[in-house]
Amino acid sequence: MQQQEPRLSVSVEDGVSVVRFVDEKILDEMSISEIGRQLEALVNEASRPRMVLDFSGVSHMSSSALGMLITLHKHVREKDGDLRLASIQPEIYEVFVITRLNDVFRIHDAVSEALESLT
Amino acid sequence: MVIRSEFTDLRRAQQALLDEVARHGYSESASFAIRLAVEEALNNAIKHGNAMDPDKRVTICYEVDERCTEVTVIDEGRGFDPKRIPDPTADENIEKPCGRGIMLMRAYMDDVQFLGGGNQVRLVKVNDRHGSRDASD
Repeated sequence: MQQQEPRLSVSVEDGVSVVRFVDEKILDEMSISEIGRQLEALVNEASRPRMVLDFSGVSHMSSSALGMLITLHKHVREKDGDLRLASIQPEIYEVFVITRLNDVFRIHDAVSEALESLT
Repeated sequence: MVIRSEFTDLRRAQQALLDEVARHGYSESASFAIRLAVEEALNNAIKHGNAMDPDKRVTICYEVDERCTEVTVIDEGRGFDPKRIPDPTADENIEKPCGRGIMLMRAYMDDVQFLGGGNQVRLVKVNDRHGSRDASD
């Protein structure tokens, strides 16, 4: 089986996984599926996943990417974990507002703020 | 332009269109809107319209000038009634992982029409850099 390239850059701060997306555009179905798989692996390896997704490098996202985040959120909650989104560029944040997903996710202006909310 | 129901073909077609949009000096927000809406339309055509059938094709017609961009995406599926698509922002649907593509197309484009029984979508975006006086021409 072909080894997939890492789509995420992960660091751990105070027990919280801070995940930065390697891709600037999260549009492609194959990429979204692989990003979802790599995020789910992080959730699966933690007994109580605590995660901040850093969107600072993301300039475009499709509705399929939103779907992947919703599924991830559900799995994090099933394990009594916490998921925060941070540093979303204004154009992308508007997508969350239009779809009302800003009511579903906890979204912070900065990663540091998201980390503070988890400690 | 006619493409196979494959995402690599989608990317190539989308890039050709976006190159035209860039060449005509559209604003960043208009380019963002066109990229997103066309992504959603092509994804829908490949995934839902043609059900990923490699024997089915997607036709993309576009016209770009300094005033406006018009894109039509046609799939070979059975079509659908857009009025029957549930509101993805309703409380009962808000956590469903799909069903937001059409809403995003409508939010970001100036005009969205489903034609031919639903297997064609026509998207129009006015170039806001060109001046609002031309928007209703």
